Amino acid sequence: MSPDQRGFSTLLKKEIMRFWAVLAQTVTAPVITALLYLLVFAQALQGRSVNGYDGLSYTEFLVPGLVMMTVIQNAFANTSSSLIQSKVMGNIVFTLMAPLGPLDWFGAYVIAALVRSVLVALAMLAVTWFFVPLPVREPGALLAVFTLSAATLAALGLIAGILAQKFDHIAAFTNFFITPLSFLSGVFYSVHSLPPFWFTASHFNPFFYMIDGFRYGFFGQADVPIFQSLLWIAGAFVAVSAVALWMLVTGYKMRR
Amino acid sequence: MNTPSPDALVIDEVRKSYGSLQALKGVSFSIRRGEFFGLLGPNGAGKSTLISIIAGLTRASSGRVAVLGHDTVADFRTARRQLGVVPQELVFDPFFNVVDMLRIQAGYYGCGEEVWPWIDEMLERLDLKAKRGASMRALSGGMKRRVLIAQALVHKPPVVILDEPTAGVDVELRRTLWSFMRDLHSQGTTVVLTTHYLEEAQEMCSRIAILDKGEVKALEPTAQLLARHPFRFLRLKLANGGLLPESLRGLVASEAEGVVELKLDVKANPIGGVFDALRNAGLAIEDVHTREPDLEDIFIELTRGDASLEPTR
Repeated sequence: MSPDQRGFSTLLKKEIMRFWAVLAQTVTAPVITALLYLLVFAQALQGRSVNGYDGLSYTEFLVPGLVMMTVIQNAFANTSSSLIQSKVMGNIVFTLMAPLGPLDWFGAYVIAALVRSVLVALAMLAVTWFFVPLPVREPGALLAVFTLSAATLAALGLIAGILAQKFDHIAAFTNFFITPLSFLSGVFYSVHSLPPFWFTASHFNPFFYMIDGFRYGFFGQADVPIFQSLLWIAGAFVAVSAVALWMLVTGYKMRR
Repeated sequence: MNTPSPDALVIDEVRKSYGSLQALKGVSFSIRRGEFFGLLGPNGAGKSTLISIIAGLTRASSGRVAVLGHDTVADFRTARRQLGVVPQELVFDPFFNVVDMLRIQAGYYGCGEEVWPWIDEMLERLDLKAKRGASMRALSGGMKRRVLIAQALVHKPPVVILDEPTAGVDVELRRTLWSFMRDLHSQGTTVVLTTHYLEEAQEMCSRIAILDKGEVKALEPTAQLLARHPFRFLRLKLANGGLLPESLRGLVASEAEGVVELKLDVKANPIGGVFDALRNAGLAIEDVHTREPDLEDIFIELTRGDASLEPTR
């Protein structure tokens, strides 16, 4: 292993160790929250059919959306909280002074967030399996949508972490941007059941394509064609990554 | 064929502005390989900004820095591998224990298990052996400072920068640190020290730069810097509470509890002349001391702005 590769793998390992050290907060807690949503909504809307999804129970429809919503929120939280903690504690100097390049930073933070996302998703699917075993009709699409979505949110978390100067800034970003957009993205309903304005508006929300594409991976059917979803998610990933990398290359708000 | 750079650090016309504030106004100097170099200056002089630029924490507005011939921007990976910096602030990562933190730090610099014996040696030298598995959160301030020092040295850098490493630490750690640094220096490590304890700089550093208001005010060997001070100090206690004659009042540097300290120009105010003046005034001396100027006297003169010493390179 070259020194550069070792530097990268160490940063990645450290980022994984960081969330692993507080697994109860980073994996268990979000899984429990999502399960509570599942219990409440599945109970309240039991027996209802979902527009456009023939032969699918509401609970079956709900699970993939809940998993992806939790992945979205946790991929974002992993990178943004790690960066802001390091900045507030001051220990960011250890990595800023180290011979690590922008791609090392980007790769390590995004992959660590992906690892956490995989753990969260697997834990949720394992627990919900007892209630609603889901088929996986399109594994390729499922994997592509999952990876690109989690990576996009991880890169967005990097941007938020770089911009933020205190924990409040991350909380504001989460409360006013990530949470509303992830809730209003068809997790709990099909967009076909929405009035025309909100139906159209949903199609400008990248999170909608993440959830819809993820659902397609399980059932082979979705609100929009899978290629449209993949195009939106890949476009979001490229755009968000470009901004994050520009910030890392220029040292924006980091190397003053 | 590339010849190795004779300089450990080259700082070339480095400027840094924060809005209208010019923190560094074109600072240039070099630090030779194997030197124990002191970088001194009052608060706000620009020392920390300069160190941040060298370490890659801050981008210079213009100018360049090279570590052992490697540009800190164009060739940042190689430059940073040559450098170990002990930051001024007491920072730590609360998620890890001491030995994990050091191994992670080594990994950033491309070092693996081959440096683990060195990590063990540092834990021993810095009296951290008993805290090896302790969480960083649980350490006292002094212990955290020791870990910071070990973190800076974990990849065995040939150039070490210590940014006020003894601020607020006890005597024992000071002794441990300086003994460790002397050993590293004797093995060829270049050490750059910033400190507010000027006696430390005078004792440890062979050459000193004094920075003030973003400019280099002096840069020369410590002995030469001390020798350039044209004064000496004469401390007197006059018998029976006698008052100094008018001719000597202009030489008073300080006065407290009947003891007066005169600042004498070596050429213009010979000590014999002072005694003659006292004798002519009919005054008797109860006690007398002379003191050569130390780095603090020179530092105060230079940073107060009334010095005539020109910086040399």
